[in-house]
Amino acid sequence: MSTVPDDLRYSKEHEWVRLAGDTATIGITHFAQDQLGDVVFVELPKQGSTVRQYASLGVVESVKAASDVYAPLSGEVIERNVKVIESPELVNKSPYQDGWLIKVRLADKGELEKLLSPDDYRSHIGETAPSGG
Amino acid sequence: MKALEPLLFELARPGRSGGHVRADGSAEIPTSFARRAPLRLPELTEPQVVRHYTHLAQLNYAVDTGMYPLGSCTMKYNPKVNDRVAGLFADLHPRQSYRLTQGVLALAYELEQMLVKITGMDFVSLQPAAGAQSEFTALLVFKAYHAKRGQAAQRRRIIVPDSAHGTNPASAAMCGYEVTTVKSDARGNVDLEALRAALGPDVAGFMLTNPNTLGLFEERVREVCDAVHRAGGLVYGDGANMNALLGIARPGDLGFDCVHINVHKTFSTPHGAGGPGAGPLCVKAHLRPFLPKPWIVREADGSYHYDTAREDRDPETVGDSIGTIKQRLGNFGVLARAYTYMKSLGDEGLVETSEDAILAANYLLARLRPTYQVAYDRTPMHEFVLTAAPQKKKGASALDIAKGLIDEGFHPPSVYFPLIVAEAMMVEPTETEPKETLDAFAEAMLRVAERAGTDPESLHQAPLRAPLRRLDEVSAARKPVLKWKLPS
Amino acid sequence: MGRNPYSPHTDEDRREMLATIGTRNIDELITAIPADARRPRIGIGPGLSELEVQRHLEGLAALNVRAGDTAFFIGGPIQRRYIPAAVPVLALRGEFLTAYTPYQPEVSQGTLQAVFEYQSLMAELLAMDVVNSSMYDGGSAVAEAAFMAVRLTGRKKVVVATEVDFTYRRTLRTYARGPEIEIVEVPSAQLAASAAGAACLIAQHPDAFGTLVDVRAIADAAHAAGGLCVQVTEPHACALLEPPGALGADIAVGEGQPLGITMSYGGPHLGIFACREALVRQMPGRIAGQTLDANGTRGFVNTLQTREQHIRREKATSNICTNEALAGITAAVYMSLLGPAGLRAAARSGVARAHALAARLAAIPGCAIANDGPFFDRFTLRTRLGGWALRSALLDRRVQVEATAAHYLDGKRAGRDDVIIQCTELTSDGDADALVDAVSALMRTGAAAMAS
Repeated sequence: MSTVPDDLRYSKEHEWVRLAGDTATIGITHFAQDQLGDVVFVELPKQGSTVRQYASLGVVESVKAASDVYAPLSGEVIERNVKVIESPELVNKSPYQDGWLIKVRLADKGELEKLLSPDDYRSHIGETAPSGG
Repeated sequence: MKALEPLLFELARPGRSGGHVRADGSAEIPTSFARRAPLRLPELTEPQVVRHYTHLAQLNYAVDTGMYPLGSCTMKYNPKVNDRVAGLFADLHPRQSYRLTQGVLALAYELEQMLVKITGMDFVSLQPAAGAQSEFTALLVFKAYHAKRGQAAQRRRIIVPDSAHGTNPASAAMCGYEVTTVKSDARGNVDLEALRAALGPDVAGFMLTNPNTLGLFEERVREVCDAVHRAGGLVYGDGANMNALLGIARPGDLGFDCVHINVHKTFSTPHGAGGPGAGPLCVKAHLRPFLPKPWIVREADGSYHYDTAREDRDPETVGDSIGTIKQRLGNFGVLARAYTYMKSLGDEGLVETSEDAILAANYLLARLRPTYQVAYDRTPMHEFVLTAAPQKKKGASALDIAKGLIDEGFHPPSVYFPLIVAEAMMVEPTETEPKETLDAFAEAMLRVAERAGTDPESLHQAPLRAPLRRLDEVSAARKPVLKWKLPS
Repeated sequence: MGRNPYSPHTDEDRREMLATIGTRNIDELITAIPADARRPRIGIGPGLSELEVQRHLEGLAALNVRAGDTAFFIGGPIQRRYIPAAVPVLALRGEFLTAYTPYQPEVSQGTLQAVFEYQSLMAELLAMDVVNSSMYDGGSAVAEAAFMAVRLTGRKKVVVATEVDFTYRRTLRTYARGPEIEIVEVPSAQLAASAAGAACLIAQHPDAFGTLVDVRAIADAAHAAGGLCVQVTEPHACALLEPPGALGADIAVGEGQPLGITMSYGGPHLGIFACREALVRQMPGRIAGQTLDANGTRGFVNTLQTREQHIRREKATSNICTNEALAGITAAVYMSLLGPAGLRAAARSGVARAHALAARLAAIPGCAIANDGPFFDRFTLRTRLGGWALRSALLDRRVQVEATAAHYLDGKRAGRDDVIIQCTELTSDGDADALVDAVSALMRTGAAAMAS
């Protein structure tokens, strides 16, 4: 059973978003890291670059798979998680906390409408019962 | 650190020397160019080197040590006479005059003719060094063909089936094409409707492996080729599975515009721990003008030369050729082995090769079908794909089964390919394994399946009888150590 | 029975197998093939016994004049060098020769450790951080280096020196047709000044004519313009010359055949490919890496595989799958037998012979050494006969040399119709005498012909 915290928003491509003012923290979900297996490499955009909703922002790799991470929202990258680049296993150990990927200054709050609620995401991954964060 | 065999660097002591080559004469290197960086190569005696590599060799599984049913790789026996006769051509440089290499040209010319007959194509380039380089070469030929017709800019997409080898989309991307993937249908064929929907005036070509990577002959191969041709595209035949087709069917009769040959699969040249191979590209006449240069010409008097006016002339100045992909005749040393094999077998031997390859695969499948689930269960050609999905539910994955087979003394099948089959195990026994070996392999597969049902946990520990236990590939990728670190 | 000597099945075996399958014959297994396309006649003739095939191939081989049958000075990327007896004995052992890509590392440690050692030895020789397990040959390595530089910089122009060997440039131009990369060829001396907007500058040192090239200046210019420096090199030269890693090269490539691999009319050989550590994620080809097994024993695996086609498909760094791993192992055996002293000795012998021979040839009236600067183990000889005519005339005297014409796009370049003389430790005094005598005689008769 994958954890799907109730205080986050989600994308169909298995990214999560945590909002604080106009800053969005982005990572990949517990479900995504579980599917991928042990993460061995993370590639993230540079600070100051911009990401576009639904466009690839970077890559997470396991030994036998490479998976694009798609930006759930558009905006400027204000911080990237250097710890996760150094220790990719954080994506597995703590997908919603220490394993976050980038922080983005929102360009368009309207895009939030297109994200999934925790319940929608649970049914998207075929899990109905809320399991909390 | 525990180790099976020390590294060369760990065996070395300063001052040891092999004495193979001594310097004679003095050579002054201008100081500004002379090496100042240290050259810390290991210093060893010949006996040490011999034992080291002998020990390493003994850690390998190989066709010479046992059955190697790696699907899609055609790990058949590699005849020793081929290696010996290849040595007759060792002391020849590709820049020697054609006048001094008539034996090379005669062999290569006849090899081209033999491949024409086997594939039903019209012309051959021997240059590509491997299957993937042949794919790339063919796509360059496609590009040149479309350019000649004023459609290069328009035709920017290559279609591949979802069952394709990874090299197909990779070659297309390398050639500057966009890649569209079409799905397979319920019988393991290309989904013809999906293909038709993907076709259009922007399509340069379609890449198809036949028999496909499920080991199945495309049941509507002519309709597939017709559909591509009607859209103005070309059809590339990935010949990885030609071992099923010698004297059985010719790609040239089925609608393909070209096909490559993996001589290290079909024609028995050794795989060399990952290579070398050779990948001759066989094409229909309409693609010939674009083939790499130079071409071999045979004169009425039985002599041979290259077609360029002067043999060193740059091929790009000649006609519509894409140029040179690999100089002269590619991996000639590999091609000479393949030629020898084909001469040894002749017509009847080649037909028997494919018949026995098909027979062995179907026999093995018949023995395994009651126990393992077949991915697309119809009559396969020379290989078949099982899915370990039922075993996975009991706790043993395809990888666990593979490792269990190692403990049974066999090299495992290809696992996790093709990608369209969950927990795929792709088995290609080849024609050179005797029935008793096929039986022993089948029984090993059945024993491992039994363990998967009763004691999957024990398979997680496998292998226990190999030189090493399972290796930590995660750490290897997270903190790559890609060479011996000299003590600083 | 017995039509394929390597097929083990007796008729009885076949009957039993068909019975188990539940079919009468093979034809019932191939009904998916269109009926009119089934079982075509092949028409290559009957099979031969091993004795017959051996004789047949010996007959073909007898039509060739081997390099060693003549005085031999052809070289460049592919060189006639001494191969110690132990090299083929070890590298061509069946356990290496008949294995395939080490997909199952537990039963492939021989291959994986040997490849890891090859990477380590080559990295030390080139003074580069990372070496892959092999490309097809020097030419494809050059092309892949250019593609890698294009990926890393996002630029689509590559500038290559005209003194880079012609086979490399031809292959590069052919490869570049795919992604439509612009290839600009300029003389080495103008390379540094052509860095603007280039993904990389490609220089060869020593160059195709044997001349030493100032790679540092080229690397500095490439870096200042935001591009990369690709150095094409030769393994023996790296034993005596400052290696690519010390000259500022970001990628080093070349042909590894001189390291104990037979010439075999052009292949199979060894594409050397090395780069700086920071660039490894864009590197093409397989790479072996060190790790531990479940018992804590050191072992080796193929690693960083997400770069490769079997995982990344159209996003892979290259389409390469089958490579030349055995040639890499062969090169490693060669280097471990020779050691640093032996490798330097082999290299030094070629240089010494080339310089001694050049001095003798330069003393012949009508002959001059045409290199633009100091040369290594080959040099360019200019005579008033012209390169192509001299090559042909020497051929009649059983001396083989290479004409420079092939190095120029249209077969010519003003004032540059020469021959190239390559020396190695196999160049004997007798070979040198044969060349000097033949050139002397040709110059005399040539002079007489001109005077008459």
